[in-house]
Amino acid sequence: MLAFSVLASLAIGSKSVPFAEVIRAFTAYDGSDAHAIVRDLRVPRTEVGLLVGAALGAAGALMQGATRNALAEPGILGINAGASFAVVLAISVLNVGSTPAYTGFALAGAAIVAIAVFALGATTRKGPAGVTLALAGSVMAALLIALTSAVLVFDARTLDEFRFWIVGSIGGRDGSVALTVLPVIAAGLVIAFAAGHSLNTLALGDEVARSLGQHVGRTRAAVSLGFVLLAGGAVAAAGPVAFVGLAVPHVARILAGPDYRWIVPYSVLLGAVLLLAADVVGRVLVRPAEMGVGIVTVLVGAPFFVWLVRRPKLVAL
Amino acid sequence: MSQRITVRAGGVSLRFHARSAAVTTALFVAMLAGLVASVAVGEFAIPPADVVNTLVGAGDQATNFVVLDLRLPRALTGLLVGAALGVAGAIFQDVTRNPLASPDVVGIASGGSLAAVALIVFTEVEAVPLAALAGSLTAGALLYVLAWRGGVQGFRLVLVGIGVAAFANAGISYVLTRGRIFEVETAYVWLVGSLNGRSWDQVWPLAVGVGVLVPVILALSRRVAVLGLGDDVARSLGVGVERSRLLLLGAAVLLTGLAVSAAGMVSFVAFVAPHIARRLTRSTSMLAAAGCGAVLVLSADLIGRTLSPPTEIPVGILTSIIAAPYFLLLLRRARA
Repeated sequence: MLAFSVLASLAIGSKSVPFAEVIRAFTAYDGSDAHAIVRDLRVPRTEVGLLVGAALGAAGALMQGATRNALAEPGILGINAGASFAVVLAISVLNVGSTPAYTGFALAGAAIVAIAVFALGATTRKGPAGVTLALAGSVMAALLIALTSAVLVFDARTLDEFRFWIVGSIGGRDGSVALTVLPVIAAGLVIAFAAGHSLNTLALGDEVARSLGQHVGRTRAAVSLGFVLLAGGAVAAAGPVAFVGLAVPHVARILAGPDYRWIVPYSVLLGAVLLLAADVVGRVLVRPAEMGVGIVTVLVGAPFFVWLVRRPKLVAL
Repeated sequence: MSQRITVRAGGVSLRFHARSAAVTTALFVAMLAGLVASVAVGEFAIPPADVVNTLVGAGDQATNFVVLDLRLPRALTGLLVGAALGVAGAIFQDVTRNPLASPDVVGIASGGSLAAVALIVFTEVEAVPLAALAGSLTAGALLYVLAWRGGVQGFRLVLVGIGVAAFANAGISYVLTRGRIFEVETAYVWLVGSLNGRSWDQVWPLAVGVGVLVPVILALSRRVAVLGLGDDVARSLGVGVERSRLLLLGAAVLLTGLAVSAAGMVSFVAFVAPHIARRLTRSTSMLAAAGCGAVLVLSADLIGRTLSPPTEIPVGILTSIIAAPYFLLLLRRARA
């Protein structure tokens, strides 16, 4: 499925390129328009899509495991709001004008806010606690969204740029975007894959986990670090893509059962597939214009999610 | 602080927390003070004594115009919007038993905003308040129907609400990317929430809605407390769980819709007002939540008007900026 969506992502768009032609663009590059589109536009875009989708899926799985809350998702902790505010400042104050250039600012904003939320709300001696962390995160997000709005209400030029970033999109990204976020997301993925066993223990509850010899606070701190790397990298590359991080781990849980050593890899793969597929749909739906991948994931994902939670037995955490 | 006072008069007896009563009274005094201040302060300053004179019908023509036609309707809109959102938020948090729930989170306000923003960007029709109200009610109905599964369970309501909200928010983002920039700007200001230029047209529907719904909710508030114990306990205590929940949620959706239609998507008030009220009264009190919401919106609008005249900062920006640090402080103190 992943291979297929990669191929589709390379082939389909406002100019369709046959699958065979796509493969020839790599094996026998001849400099034609079709080959140039594939190599220079669609490959970077697909790379970003893969990275972001994988990161969002893994981030959601980590946070839902660590907080044992079904609603935990990459937007929690104010990371997206922090990245948004940084991008708005970059456009408004520093006159930064190109999508790839936002990446660094978004990454910095996300990091600063994540640190602030931990420092403010939630680090007790035992490590971050679930509910306080979530409350502090949502309050922080509200504050940053208000500050972002304060800039946008008085600055139409910035609003004109920002309204396209905020929907979440992987279009118009060149190779540098993937390169910038690759180390961040890769580090996060390493932590995510390593955390499976600890998350299984945490799922039994703090008391049991502790009695099994796990240092609960340290685990949660490590998982949170991985989460910040993944969610921050994703928002930096694609803007705040909603819903993938929230819904994908639930689907993974249904497919793979309760074992986090399987949930994490499933989430990584499903996230990448969903994001690429949504991106392709977005290119076709309103051709020749495009619909941001963040919007398509919700249009497809939200009804599915509602169907999921309407099932008689709600998958509990 | 569990001191209770019982008042009996004839066949009716009222029983309430001493602390709740004190806090609520203080909030209402603050609310009235905020109302008078909102009317008094501005480019054309009016002494508070003259404000009171004008209100009882003994003002000159100029003050009459400024007070009765410009500032009073605006201040009343703010007060009522705040109160409505405070109560609606308290209901959602109590009924779902989730401290993170609010009409914004479960998509009621977003539904209204989507309708309003689409109308602003795609059409020339001047019926934004009506669209906002209709959108909110539709989102509320959709939420209830989708969450229904032989009854509406709090946890499922929140999850379905997240789906509804995500859908509506994505719709808003999409509309904003499709429009021309000047329409998008109008839509954005509306989205943030503003009391700019509000008149009696906004006050009356709100006043009727709040005036009718809040007493109904207060009459049901005993049931809210029982619902908070869980469905099984509530049922065994003889409360009609589904009917109470439908009534309460319906009232909350209506209040939210009226507030959104009058002032736009004033964020954070519905979430934070009940939290602040709960921490101040140390109990669940709908009236205190209404008071907190009203004071918050009134003071945010007052600050927004006076910070850098003649520019007015939309009220929805300042509600978050004022309340967020205060709430973080309360959170920290709760842990200490």
